[in-house]
Amino acid sequence: MLEGLWIGLSTAISVQNLLMVIAGCLIGTFIGMLPGLGPMSIIAIMIPVAISMGDASAALILLAGVYYGAIFGGSTSSILLNAPGVAGTVASSFDGYPMARQGKAGKALTIAAIASFAGGTIGALLLMIFAPALSSVALLFHSAEYFALMVVGLSAIAAFAGTGQVAKAMIMTILGLIMATVGEGALFNQPRFTMGIMDLQSGFGFITLAMAMFALPEALFLVLKPKDLKGDNGEIKELRITRQEAKAIAPVIGRQSLQGFFIGVLPGAGATIASFLGYAVERNIAPKHEQEEFGKGAIKGLAAPETANNAACTGSFVPLLTLGIPGSGTTAILLGALIALNVTPGPRLMLDEPQIFWAVIMSMFIGNLVLLILNLPLIPYIAKVLAVPRNYLIPFILFFTLMGAYIGQNNATELLLLVGFGICATALKFADYPLAPLLIGFILGGMMEDNFARSMQLYNGISFIWERPMTLGLLVTAALLVVLPSYRARRARARAAGVAEGD
Amino acid sequence: MALDRWIALVLLGVCLAYGYAAWFTMDGNLAPFMQRNPIWPSTFPKVLSVLGMIAALIILLGIEKSEPKTADIDYRRLTDYHLGQALLLLGLMVVYALCLRPVGFLISTSAFLILGSFILGERKWHTMLPVALIATISVWYLIQEVLGIYMRPLPGIFGG
Repeated sequence: MLEGLWIGLSTAISVQNLLMVIAGCLIGTFIGMLPGLGPMSIIAIMIPVAISMGDASAALILLAGVYYGAIFGGSTSSILLNAPGVAGTVASSFDGYPMARQGKAGKALTIAAIASFAGGTIGALLLMIFAPALSSVALLFHSAEYFALMVVGLSAIAAFAGTGQVAKAMIMTILGLIMATVGEGALFNQPRFTMGIMDLQSGFGFITLAMAMFALPEALFLVLKPKDLKGDNGEIKELRITRQEAKAIAPVIGRQSLQGFFIGVLPGAGATIASFLGYAVERNIAPKHEQEEFGKGAIKGLAAPETANNAACTGSFVPLLTLGIPGSGTTAILLGALIALNVTPGPRLMLDEPQIFWAVIMSMFIGNLVLLILNLPLIPYIAKVLAVPRNYLIPFILFFTLMGAYIGQNNATELLLLVGFGICATALKFADYPLAPLLIGFILGGMMEDNFARSMQLYNGISFIWERPMTLGLLVTAALLVVLPSYRARRARARAAGVAEGD
Repeated sequence: MALDRWIALVLLGVCLAYGYAAWFTMDGNLAPFMQRNPIWPSTFPKVLSVLGMIAALIILLGIEKSEPKTADIDYRRLTDYHLGQALLLLGLMVVYALCLRPVGFLISTSAFLILGSFILGERKWHTMLPVALIATISVWYLIQEVLGIYMRPLPGIFGG
């Protein structure tokens, strides 16, 4: 391994490859900030450039830099505008945006930068040490386990529910799942619930729904009741994190780097599930008084998904490089690029082309450092977005929301759907229905149904639930995640009633 | 009845309609080979419709007690806020959606940004116009020229 590391380091620190890392991180960050352009589309755009270089190591280093740069950039629009253009950064907006509204945009961006750096770096370290061994563990996960893992992810919605709000979170999740079944699924190849409308044939667009659920209601709320987004005296303040805050988020970063990485290793899971689960786990294990802060600007609530999504991005390279299995849409595009460069990823890649395998890993360390060095000094300027007067900022938020939906699908109908969904989402927000579970249900719905169907076919029914212990274990965990918050709320109410009666 | 329960009633209706389609109409044209499968295209939707109805009924019947929250905006007093501005902006978004293709990106976007600021009370034309025009042209250049995503710049009659 030491020899491999040396080969990787010497390849990665060549002038050309260093420039590739820097260029990839910069391009990824800036384009990632535009809502609507996720890592998949950015990498797809960059592939011709990468292939034209002819050098597989340099091309992969560039594309990997674009990948984690885009995830990093996506967090910026989530935090500042509540407009997550990438599914993996949706969870970052839960606490990042409230922080920005409290005049702590600079601090939120600093935490995001540090958490992303730590998640990515620890992930790269784990990738270096465990890549070969983990590929065999990932193979133990079959469709039944994936289905169960998705159920756990969805059950974690209980984490988004306030006291006595589990039913509301549940109905929103189910609504998201219902929306995911609209259109032509990959498995059955027949249109469902399209009502004969051609534009619904490919289903609803994720970006359209994400913008409608988060950015549009928020912008409308800002119009209805204007608020000052800046600090008290108009200054963007509190850029630095205190020693106490660093102490509070350090264990979160440690835990989520590990958890995020291992979820990223599983083909099909990826940054989105990792960030939601990271958020849910940290909320559930936090002390009672801290739990209530989640969703209102808790630093732990921002650090958890930011660490987890970056660690998962790195983890997703394990099945790609060691098995040749793309774990996500983005790594599927990277696989296409590798094949176009005449590199066959798989168990023999490490032996046959160590310079590619190790150079990519080493470039991840360099890339994360580059992102931190490039972005930390820029944070005060990036945060100044919120200092733009409301009369200009709101039309721009609405414009980027519309553009995000339009670029994603290249279809004007999406814009009308966006406005329609946005109005519904605003009504749901008035009635205190949590919107995040709907989006989570929508994101995971397709994958969940595919894995459920495969398991049903393999086991000729639902016997896979009890015939596969890991599936059963995960499903029991999911049930506990739904039942426990309800039970806790009931107990708290009973205790409060007891106190009121003088027990 | 509180707004959240009215919404639960609407969602119950949605789940009932969805369930009706899944249970009674979807499997009509199912190919014979598919009918022997343990899973049909309607299997997952059937499960979802039942779960959705249960969750909607829990909210509608008030089985789960929730603590009343003080919302950011009280929907009962909507007229006390800038409702007109919000509605005009929504209308503007719809008009933008309908005009983007026929009118072209440059004209419709700059008009959207200028009118959006105007609706929100901005009257400094000397700032509003250059900001909107510079932003529109920069975004168009980035999307069309740098990223290579086609975006019609002008109406067809101007050769766009």
